[in-house]
Amino acid sequence: MHPAPSVIIFTTLSGLGFGLLAWLALGYPDVSGVVAFVFYAIAFALAVGGLLASTFHLGNRKNAIKAFSQWRTSWLSREGVGAVTSLIVMGVYAAGHIFLGEKWGALGVLGAVLSLGTVFTTSMIYAQLKTVPRWNTPWTSVLFMLHAIAGGALLAGQVTVAAILLAVLGLVQIVAWQQGDGAFAASGASLETATGLGRIGKVRQLEAPHSGENYLLKEMAFEVGRKHARKLRAIGFVLAIGLPVALLLLAPVNHFVALLAVVSHIAGVFATRWLFFAEAKHVVSLYYGR
Amino acid sequence: MSQGTKIAARPSPKVSDEIRKTTCYMCACRCGINVHLQDGKVKYIEGNRDHPVNKGVLCAKGSAGIMQHYSPARLKAPMKRVGPRGSGEFEEISWDEAYDIAVGWMGPLRDKTPEKLAFFTGRDQSQSFTSLWAQAYGTPNYAAHGGFCSVNMAAAGIYTMGGAFWEFGQPDWDRAKLFMIFGVAEDHDSNPIKAGIGRLKANGGKVIGVNPIRSGYNAVADEWIGITPGTDGLFIMAIMHELLRAGKVDLEYLCRYTNAGFLVSADEGADDFGLFLRDAEGKAQVVDRANGGLAAYDAKGVTANLAASYSQDGKTYRTAFQLLAETYLDARYSPDAVAETCGLTAAKIRAVAAELARVAFEEEITIDQPWTDWKGEKHDKMIGRPVAFHAMRGISAHSNGFQTCRALHLLQILLGSVEVPGGFRFKPPYPKPPEAHPKPHACDKPGQPLPGPHLGYPMGPEDLLIDDDGNPKRIDKAFSWENPFSVHGLMHMVISNAHAGDPYKIDTLFLYMANMAWNSSMNTSEVMRMLTDQNDNGDYVIPHIIYSDAYSSEMVAYADLILPDTTYLERHDCISLLDRPICEADAAADAIRWPVVEPDRNVKGFQSALCDLGARLGLPGWVNEDGSQKYADYADYITTHERRPGVGPLAGWRNEDGSGEGRGAPNPDQLDKYIENGGFWMGHVPEEALYYKPWNAAYQDWAVGIGLFDAPQPYVFNLYLEPARKMQRAAEGIGDSQPPENMRERIKAAFTPLPEWYQPFEDAAVDHDEYPLHALTQRPMHMYHSWGSQNAWLRQITNVNRLYIPGKVWDEKGFEEGDWAYVTSVHGKIKVPVARMDALNGDTVWTWNAIGKKRGAWALSEDAPEATQGFLLNHLIHELLPDKGDGLRWANSDPVTGQAAWFDLRVNIEKAPAGGPSEPAHPAAKSQVGQGPAHVAYGEDF
Amino acid sequence: MTALPEKTEKKLGLVIDLDTCVGCHACVVNCKEWNTSNYGTPLSDMDAYGAAPEGTFLNRVHSYEVTPQSGCAQTVHFPKSCLHCDDAPCVTVCPTGASYKRSEDGIVLVNETDCMGCGLCAWACPYGARELDQLAGIMKKCTLCVDRIYNENIPEEDREPACVRTCPAGARHFGDFADPDSKVSRLVAERDGMDLMPEMGTAPVNKYLPPRKKDVLVGETKQLDAKSEEPKGFLAWLDKALEAI
Repeated sequence: MHPAPSVIIFTTLSGLGFGLLAWLALGYPDVSGVVAFVFYAIAFALAVGGLLASTFHLGNRKNAIKAFSQWRTSWLSREGVGAVTSLIVMGVYAAGHIFLGEKWGALGVLGAVLSLGTVFTTSMIYAQLKTVPRWNTPWTSVLFMLHAIAGGALLAGQVTVAAILLAVLGLVQIVAWQQGDGAFAASGASLETATGLGRIGKVRQLEAPHSGENYLLKEMAFEVGRKHARKLRAIGFVLAIGLPVALLLLAPVNHFVALLAVVSHIAGVFATRWLFFAEAKHVVSLYYGR
Repeated sequence: MSQGTKIAARPSPKVSDEIRKTTCYMCACRCGINVHLQDGKVKYIEGNRDHPVNKGVLCAKGSAGIMQHYSPARLKAPMKRVGPRGSGEFEEISWDEAYDIAVGWMGPLRDKTPEKLAFFTGRDQSQSFTSLWAQAYGTPNYAAHGGFCSVNMAAAGIYTMGGAFWEFGQPDWDRAKLFMIFGVAEDHDSNPIKAGIGRLKANGGKVIGVNPIRSGYNAVADEWIGITPGTDGLFIMAIMHELLRAGKVDLEYLCRYTNAGFLVSADEGADDFGLFLRDAEGKAQVVDRANGGLAAYDAKGVTANLAASYSQDGKTYRTAFQLLAETYLDARYSPDAVAETCGLTAAKIRAVAAELARVAFEEEITIDQPWTDWKGEKHDKMIGRPVAFHAMRGISAHSNGFQTCRALHLLQILLGSVEVPGGFRFKPPYPKPPEAHPKPHACDKPGQPLPGPHLGYPMGPEDLLIDDDGNPKRIDKAFSWENPFSVHGLMHMVISNAHAGDPYKIDTLFLYMANMAWNSSMNTSEVMRMLTDQNDNGDYVIPHIIYSDAYSSEMVAYADLILPDTTYLERHDCISLLDRPICEADAAADAIRWPVVEPDRNVKGFQSALCDLGARLGLPGWVNEDGSQKYADYADYITTHERRPGVGPLAGWRNEDGSGEGRGAPNPDQLDKYIENGGFWMGHVPEEALYYKPWNAAYQDWAVGIGLFDAPQPYVFNLYLEPARKMQRAAEGIGDSQPPENMRERIKAAFTPLPEWYQPFEDAAVDHDEYPLHALTQRPMHMYHSWGSQNAWLRQITNVNRLYIPGKVWDEKGFEEGDWAYVTSVHGKIKVPVARMDALNGDTVWTWNAIGKKRGAWALSEDAPEATQGFLLNHLIHELLPDKGDGLRWANSDPVTGQAAWFDLRVNIEKAPAGGPSEPAHPAAKSQVGQGPAHVAYGEDF
Repeated sequence: MTALPEKTEKKLGLVIDLDTCVGCHACVVNCKEWNTSNYGTPLSDMDAYGAAPEGTFLNRVHSYEVTPQSGCAQTVHFPKSCLHCDDAPCVTVCPTGASYKRSEDGIVLVNETDCMGCGLCAWACPYGARELDQLAGIMKKCTLCVDRIYNENIPEEDREPACVRTCPAGARHFGDFADPDSKVSRLVAERDGMDLMPEMGTAPVNKYLPPRKKDVLVGETKQLDAKSEEPKGFLAWLDKALEAI
């Protein structure tokens, strides 16, 4: 799949944002006043910024408002509804927290659930797609949720918890990669089934239906070199998991180290999220012999 | 969202304001089209269901007509060249100035040296009109593009049986049970073949495809024969060998309808050796089976004895059929002898022969339709042999193509499957034997019209167009000893010969719709050089070039004067029975084009421009007695011209009241009648005349009635071709007109009266170790010549052509996807992208034709993939054979017809550094029309 | 709503005959031509005369080479457009309600006034049947010529999809798969019509007729019995055969 910057930014930032909101809703870190404001500002900026970024890949943004209508069937619609609801609930909660110094516990729990639920709906946009076997697995949701929770913990300054969650995320990421590498083959889709010509023999593309590119090829037949992908996985893993965990466990706790861990994590997540798209093969690419 | 915003359950949008029915010109197929217009713009084009050619369907090209009509490459006004040739620098001028320039060049030539005007039209569909103009001018140098297309097929078909495939005839699609198709360029007769194959398959019929490449029609063939190029003749002769050996030939058919029983002088030393025994009236003689005596072949009640021999004056005469049997029963044509050369197994050849025989003789069909033959004999039924063939350029475009095509026609005749139910059927005005065609003509007297048409069918050396010294009279050397039966002329030789001054220099080259500076020439790079070459005085070697085209093609930059043509939707045309008809086997038909939209540029249909030019030159027949212009425009010519009294360009609605079919006085409202009828006219062949046309009295009478000819002209098929033998005899030193010494051996070998196979010339001339592979081109079904690549829709489907390489060679050479290769022939070297193909003859590479474009042409950007990755194989081909060291220019053509031997090419391939551009990378000429718009969203307006 | 109807009254769709398709692209271009000036926004062409032309098409023809275990390779031309699946994943993923499957005839459509161009439906489709128009930013797909098949402004015989009407080889058939006696249903039954990528669980309505078995018509064992080996023998045979006429 085409690793469009808008979608990478969206999933990465909004995941972190909602993750942080969830932590804040549950009272972590225990801050108030201006400091609380800064935390909420960061969380909202990430969540809203991510959501805004996602609209950049829309072809016809004026109809975006209609995306809230189909929550009964569409995960993308649910995500929109979830995001807005979470932001409203968390907005009320944050206002109470910052300005009134009140932590409405029930509302906080609701906000946390909604925030993480939003991340879940995001994950389901991808996990539901049979056409992309690498995504079409519960691991996708687990991965997205863990990213949000662990990343949120890191941003929320929950040093030990963050270190543990990141380590778990690391394990899950490895499992997901492993499982994902065999997913396409396991899906059973091949050029033979795609064309129905497998009953005759082995099928290969002779001539594409068009000489140049088209929307399908640009959007769904992105290819990344295996070697390149391995390298990026390693870099992404070290930045997103390895370095932050090491810093959290081994380095003295201070703002600079925390910032370093956060920046490293975000950079790493961008890399792995890029791979999440780039390595995902859509079955339509079979028709193009790819 | 409510359902209300969604499209209604039963939407009935209005499609258009008006439908105008005309004829497509996106290829040579000439389908009927319904052009939907809205607000004066073309909204949608679909096939005309009533039309005889396409019956409603339409191909990709036809449907892309909108983009052709609105192409940014359309020329806008007459132009004169202001920069050097090839630069593309022009200045727009008025039509008056354009005519003045043209008349200034052509006028003075006419009185003294009319041959110094060479007028050649390419994809012209008005040849009966353009040739009439050239006749009136008096130049011998006129032809269209048949010489580099499929003249071998046309000539072989006419000489053998009075018609060939496509425009002359078609398979009996509804009754055929086995259809065998040889080497077809995938455009000619495109929709009827596709529709026919579809119908045949739906009826349970089977298809055998003979082609080195398994694409298109061969992809849907039930059986694919991946033959080696240039060996089709051998394959066919081996099939005949098998059929004869097993006695699976239709003897009754051969007796009745062919010259199988004609007596041929059989003693090698005899003065008439190889000629027919004729009576005092010149009638060929047969031995009558009834009494064993001699009789004229066409005498009533006579049946020829094919097994007879006859002695007279100490000379032995044997039947043509015996000579035929001896020829093909010979071991050299046995499957075992030919298999390896053909790239097939002997068992496969034997099996194909067996299947052909099985279907022909065991699945015989009969129709209870009485008919009467030319000798007055009544038959109560029509017997069909449901094996049908089709072939075109693949077997034509070889230097042995004429004889290969002859052999294919012989095979059909041996099976008794021509003009019978389930077999091959002629389309009116065919059948038309060679004798019924005109003879070729050159000029007798400068300043005077030619005494007859330029092109025709020579029946012996006496009909050649050579001077007293044996030199060619025509610039293309058509009808000379180099290629005596060049019945379509040799457009591909004109520039080369004119540049070399061989046989003479010319002054003005006048071309229409012929992209000679690109894909319509063998050896494109060399032709571009010739067109720009200057002599010591700094003058161009070809002094003046006038070109008419509707689009900014590659050729435009090489002309001095441009006459801009219209698009096909803006013009009048007639697809005439005098020309290349659109008839069906069941009906005579002709059609028109008319301006369904008016031009928005200062352009004019080329034929109308010729009417103006003819008048300004004062050509006889093009001016009235008072010297005024005779035909106001082409439409005026179409309705008022009479070729013979009562017979004009269009057959329908003749006479003032529109009552005439085929014959009748001109009708000023004729075009309106055509328009009312959907742009065409059709006259059905009567039921009893539907088959056996050459010998069917009812057909002959019907054909005379509608003016196809003026008296019945029944004839028999020429298994044995006596005119060929006459050429051979001249080469043996017999007669007044004899070929030059150096051509005699070649003529003896090529003009065998029964087809023989010989190795294609380039094949024989080059080292097979050095050039181990055959190289071919095919035209994609969705493209036509160079027209596809300027088309915004079609060019998306194919804008890069790759060289397909058979799997074995691919692996041996270590190619990988995305690779490039150098391809070398004895004539040149090109660099091209490659791809693998396994369903391909193992010794053959191929590519799509005419995708490659020259930078700067067709209003495309200079970095268009057509220019940077597309390529032409033409750069590897040459109009001449490799130099033999004898100082002579030997054409790379069939020695019988002069057909360009495109498909004789042999090459070598080797891996090249990755990436483009394709080579040769010719520099761009300046575009005369700028570049097309960046984005197109056609349909916004509606 | 983008919920799928539980059942559709009719199941309109296409049968595509891979044994007859010669790969001419007629359906591709006629589809483009009809649909660029009818249903919804035009099908644009970007860089139409430049280095990288690419436009929106609702129907495309692929070409494949199939190599059997033994025997020579075959070329198969393969037209592909929306299969109007019964279980169309492209519909349910749509967040705006633009995509829907009609309960009356099963046609899958995009209501362009609702489409926000997110492209998720194209991701959900295994067949590449949906293309986002690059100029309009709106998702385009085969409408089964919904504006032709019921169109009272065109002759009844023309009320079929443009691709079917134009196909020269007759390789495309249009009809109702809910009717077991329809031409399309019978073709599928007789010719072993098949689904594409059944493992995707989309339950496509359109069916493909597989190529008939190739290269078995002639074989290598048939041969004709000789009547005459020698020219002399041939004459004797000829004499006798002529007697029989």
